Amino acid sequence: MESPDNEKPVFTLKEVKFNDILYIKELAITEKKTTAIVGKSGSGKTTLLKLLNKLISPDSGTIYYRDTPLEAIDSITLRREVVMMPQTPVIFEGDIRENLLIGLKFSEKELPSDDRLMNMLQVVGLDKKLDEPAHQLSGGEKQRLALARVMLMEPSVWLLDEPSSALDKDTEDEVMQKIMDFGKRNGSTIIFVTHSIPMAEKYAEEIIEIENGEIVSIKQNHHE
Amino acid sequence: MNKSGIVDIELWQLMAAYAYVIVLLVIVRIMGIKREKIIVMSSIRMTLQLIIAGYILIYLFNHPSFWFLILLFLLMEGFAINNTFKRVKVPLNRELKKIIAYSLGGGTTISLMYFLLVVIGSNTWNDPRYFIPIAGMLIGNSMTGISLGINRLIDSMRTERDRIEGALMLGATPKTASKDIVNKAFDASILPTINSMLGMGIVFLPGMMTGQILSGTSPLIAIKYQIAIMLGILGSVAFTVLIFVHRAYKVFFNKDAQLLLPEETVTKE
Ligand SMILES: Nc1ncnc2c1ncn2[C@@H]1O[C@H](COP(=O)(O)OP(=O)(O)OP(=O)(O)O)[C@@H](O)[C@H]1O
Ligand SMILES: [Mg+2]
Repeated sequence: MESPDNEKPVFTLKEVKFNDILYIKELAITEKKTTAIVGKSGSGKTTLLKLLNKLISPDSGTIYYRDTPLEAIDSITLRREVVMMPQTPVIFEGDIRENLLIGLKFSEKELPSDDRLMNMLQVVGLDKKLDEPAHQLSGGEKQRLALARVMLMEPSVWLLDEPSSALDKDTEDEVMQKIMDFGKRNGSTIIFVTHSIPMAEKYAEEIIEIENGEIVSIKQNHHE
Repeated sequence: MNKSGIVDIELWQLMAAYAYVIVLLVIVRIMGIKREKIIVMSSIRMTLQLIIAGYILIYLFNHPSFWFLILLFLLMEGFAINNTFKRVKVPLNRELKKIIAYSLGGGTTISLMYFLLVVIGSNTWNDPRYFIPIAGMLIGNSMTGISLGINRLIDSMRTERDRIEGALMLGATPKTASKDIVNKAFDASILPTINSMLGMGIVFLPGMMTGQILSGTSPLIAIKYQIAIMLGILGSVAFTVLIFVHRAYKVFFNKDAQLLLPEETVTKE
């Protein structure tokens, strides 16, 4: 794997096997970069993100977070640094404010002011009031709410599973651009899954393609 | 009517009550509801159980023995625990069975002790006349409560997987991630008790009070007992289920705070 010396990997996978679903001989994901994982439906993209979030553990092989194998890291501590946004957004009981704050509450972090929450809704292009009930939002709005919730936590690694799948083309572009900028400003590592190659090419610096649970290509993507 | 004002039911009168069930059976048959067998079985089973219980009670009242009382209490607990296992729709693993056993045992014992020693009075606490019926009511209701709680917990752990995992992904502990589910399981298990308290005296007269009144006790004494026992039941059900849920949710997670698949938890030995 070609990786310049000044770039440190945030995740390194060695001989990682999960059921018959995923087998990754070797993979390094670079810190502070944006990496896209692409592949057909059922190829194992979500499974890979779940492994990185330690929501599941491999049958064999080792995943390193920075230099430590995941087995040696407490799951909850890891998940407060490496936060995952699921493919289907999860809405918790209560209003939009509660849904934004819940990630910070779960991870026992300090709660921000309403101004900051409103600001975050703007980043994801959600024009809603904080005390509106969250469960009646549309699919795309729920997805953006879930995104804002993860960004509020300011994790060092974002694992986003198809973060824009429910958005129309224009909204998708607007939101993706804004969250990528936000992530860059915060020095976050962003790993996102997408089924859209154009999306990956537009926003990712590294593109990992998975087919039938195995990596078929890793491309450096130089834009700008 | 005899001196104490109690009307005994004559054998033929009891037979008339069975005749009533036979009428019911005929109707059920005509309507094609295939439930004859369970009606007959449960009537026979109830009769046998009550006859045996009646003789045991007569024996106990005539020969009060502390150890026999304890033995009986343990038998009741054992029966209730076993019955709870059967009332759960899915096979349970050993860990859950263990938790059910000590929650039910613990919750009912604490409540029974308090009621017998404090409410009924320390000098008569081991009088089988009080001990047995009160133990029976506390254990019976707690058994129903915990069964509802278990079913609800197992169901929600399946149907709300996404939400629990969603919480874990955001750094929640298993305890926080399952808090809503645990609370709802608790609600589900005390709901029947709450409902029966709300309807009591208006919609229906509770069985124990009816029994006391039928056998000649003043309604004022009967309601005092009823109030005391209802509060006891509420406490016993709540305690039992609290002990249960605060331990049982952990069975659904592994040491790495990962939500296990249903087939890995409930049926796992
Ligand atoms: N816990 C599991 N046990 C068994 N099989 C699973 C499990 N989770 C996922 N799978 C299977 O693993 C394969 C990969 O699933 P995964 O969710 O990772 O795919 P994906 O690439 O995210 O697909 P999509 O684009 O449709 O979301 C699928 O065939 C899926 O059915
Ligand atoms: Mg997926």
